[in-house]
Amino acid sequence: MTADAVPLSQPQVYDEEEDPRQHLMLDPRPREEMNSMVMEAMHTTTREYWIVVGVLTFLVVVCLFGAWGYMIATGMGVAGIRRPTMWGIFIANFVFWIGISHSGTFVSAILRVFKAEFRRPFTRAAELMTTFGLAAGVMYPLIHLGRVWVSYWIFPIPNQRQLWPNFHSPLVWDMLAITTYLLSSTIYLYMPLIPDVAMARDRSTGWRYKFYRLLALGWRGTENEWHNLRTGINIFAFAIIPVMFSVHTIVSWDFAVTQTPGWHSTIYGPFFIAGAIFSGVSAVTMILYLIRATMVNMKYFVREEHFDALGKLMLIFSFTWAYFYFNEYLVEWYGGDLAAKTVLKAFTQPPYGWVWYLMLFCNMAVPWLLLWNKRVRRTPWLMFVIGFLINIGMYAERFIIVPTEISTNRFPFQWGDYYPRIELLISIGSISLFLLLYAVASRLIPLIPVWEVQEGQLAHSLKRFGKHEVATKSELE
Amino acid sequence: MQQADNPKWGMVIDLDRCTGCSACVTACSLENNVPIVGEEDAGYGRGMHWIRIERYWEGAYPNLTARFRPIMCQQCGNAPCEPVCPVFASYHSESEQLNVQVYNRCVGTRFCGNNCPYIARQFNWFGYAAMMPEPLNSQFNPDVTVRSRGVMEKCTFCIQRIRRGEETAKALGRPVLDGEVEPACAQACPSDAIYFGLLSDPQSTVSQLSRSPRSDVMLEDLGTSPRVIYLKAGSGAIQKEQP
Repeated sequence: MTADAVPLSQPQVYDEEEDPRQHLMLDPRPREEMNSMVMEAMHTTTREYWIVVGVLTFLVVVCLFGAWGYMIATGMGVAGIRRPTMWGIFIANFVFWIGISHSGTFVSAILRVFKAEFRRPFTRAAELMTTFGLAAGVMYPLIHLGRVWVSYWIFPIPNQRQLWPNFHSPLVWDMLAITTYLLSSTIYLYMPLIPDVAMARDRSTGWRYKFYRLLALGWRGTENEWHNLRTGINIFAFAIIPVMFSVHTIVSWDFAVTQTPGWHSTIYGPFFIAGAIFSGVSAVTMILYLIRATMVNMKYFVREEHFDALGKLMLIFSFTWAYFYFNEYLVEWYGGDLAAKTVLKAFTQPPYGWVWYLMLFCNMAVPWLLLWNKRVRRTPWLMFVIGFLINIGMYAERFIIVPTEISTNRFPFQWGDYYPRIELLISIGSISLFLLLYAVASRLIPLIPVWEVQEGQLAHSLKRFGKHEVATKSELE
Repeated sequence: MQQADNPKWGMVIDLDRCTGCSACVTACSLENNVPIVGEEDAGYGRGMHWIRIERYWEGAYPNLTARFRPIMCQQCGNAPCEPVCPVFASYHSESEQLNVQVYNRCVGTRFCGNNCPYIARQFNWFGYAAMMPEPLNSQFNPDVTVRSRGVMEKCTFCIQRIRRGEETAKALGRPVLDGEVEPACAQACPSDAIYFGLLSDPQSTVSQLSRSPRSDVMLEDLGTSPRVIYLKAGSGAIQKEQP
C-alpha cells in the first residue's frame, strides 16, 4: 500500500478551492428546506430595513416628485441646460437607466439560452433590475420635456386634432422601442415568477395569500402547466434578445442620426450595447452583494462562484467597450472632420476633462488591473466596489456623450459649458425610486427563483468513479 | 412637386458692409416679441435673440481686423431640425418654402435645437412674456405670437411681413415687387448689409447678388441648402474664389 492511496470507503478530501460543493448546483438541500429559506428571507424585515424604506420614500417624494413638480410649475429654466447644450443630464440619466435595464435580459435571457448554469439563482434579481431600471428611465424623456402636459402628442392616438406623430423622428422610435421592451421584459419577469408565487401562496395566510393567489393565476404545477410555462419562457428568452439589442441601438440613434459633430457616428449602436451590458452586469453584481449582505439565507444561494462568473463577464465587456470607444477616435481621426476632432479633443479640456479621465480610470484601469485575479473576483465586497466604480465610469461616459459633446459645436462663438442645477436633485430622486422599488419588491416576491435552482440541482450530481467524485450533468430539456 | 412654383424667399448678407452694430438684433427682438431673459440668464447663455452677431478676430495684434457675421436661422431647404421633431412642430412650409415652427404643437423635446448645425434655435426656459412688467407689455407686436414657456422658437424671416406684402400685392393685382418685403433686420441695418427678396425671381437683387463670386453659404458640406447667402468680406475674398 503506497502512501498516497486513499481507502475507498472514506470520502475524498478537497482543498477549499476545488471542493465541488462550493457550487450551488452540487450542494443540494431538501426542497422544503429551500422553500422555507426563501420564505423566511421574504418575511424578515428588520428595523434598519424600515428606516431605509422610509428615507428612500422621503427622497422620492421630495427630490423626484417635489423637484419635478417645481420644475413643471416654474419652467425648464430651473435646470442648468442652456443654448448649445439643449440636453443635459436628464438624457444622460435616461441612457444610464436604459443601460442598467439591459442587465436583466442579458443575464437572464442570453445566459438561459446558452444554458449557463451559474445564472440560476439570480435571474430574477437581474430581471427586476430591468423592470425597475426601465421604470426609472422612462421618466426622463417626460421630465425633460418643455411641456410635459402635452406629452401624449408623441403617442399615435387617433384624435380630432388631426395630428399624428412624426415617424421620421428618433424620439418616436424610442417611444415605441422602450414601450415594447418594458412590456416584454415585464412579461418575461412574470412568467418564471408564477411557480414561485404559487409556492409562496401555499405557505402564506392573510393579505399575502390573497396577493399571491392573484399573481399565481391558479398555478397547480401539473405536467401540462410546466410544459406550457417552459415553452413560453423559451420563446420569450429568444424573442427578447433582439428586442434588447434594438432598444439600446435605437437609444443610440437619438444621437447617431443627428448632424451634431461627435454624435454623428456609426459606431454608436454596438458601442451603446457594449456599454449597457457592461454597466448592467456591474449593477447586477452590486445588487447581488446587497442582497447577500442584507437578506437572511442568501449566502447559500449567492456564492463566490457567481461573483467570479460575473467578474469575468465584466472584464470581457470592459475590453469590448474600450475597443469600440477608441474605434470612434480612430475613425474620426482618419476621417479628418475638423468639427468632430475638435469635439473629441474638448473632452480632455476643462471644466469636464476630469470626467473623461475618471471614465477611463473606472472603465478600463479598475477592471483590467483587478478582475483578472480570481481572488479579487471571489471577494464579494471588492466586487461591489468594482461594480460601483464601473457604474460611476459608465455614468461619466454618458455625461460626456450628452452634455459635454454638444457644448462644443461648429461655431466657437456658441460654445458653452453646462452646469447641472435641479437635475442633481431629480437624479438622486430617481436612484431612490429604483432602490425603493427594489427594496419593496424584495419583501413581496421571492427574489430567488427556487424552482430554477431546484431544477438545476436535480440535473447536477456528484458521481463516484473509483476514487474520484466527478461532477455530472444530465440534460433536462 | 408643387413646391417648385412657389416663391422662394432668400436673404443676402454682405459681410463687407456689416459693421457689427447690432441694430438688426434689436430690431428683430422688437418686431418678433423676442423675450428679454434678464442679466443672469443671458450671462449663462440663454439670451434668446433670433439673430446674433459673431465677432472673430483676424490676424495678430497690432494688425488686427474684426470680422462680423450676423447669423440667424438659415431657413434650410433640407433642414436637419425637421425630421427629428416627434410632433411636426418644426416643419417645412410648402407655400413659402420656409422652415417654420408651430409653437402650439411643440412639446419641448429640444431635439431640433441639438440638431441645428447653426445653433439658431432658442428655447423658452421660463414664461418670459408673463414676467414683462406692466407698461412694457404694451410694446408687443400684435402680428406675432407671444410664445409660452417650454417651446422652441427661431427666426421666421419675418413671415408676418412676407404675408402682408403678398396680400397687398394680391389686392393690387400685381406680383410682389423686389424690395417690397423687408424683414426687420434688413430694414434696420444702417449700412444696408442685408438684402431680402425672391430667390425664385432671377432678376431680383438677391438673385443677382447670390451669383456674385463672393457668395457663400455656411456649412455647405452638410447639404442643408440654406436660404441665407453671405458675401465674403476682406480684400482676398474675390481673388481666392476665381478660378
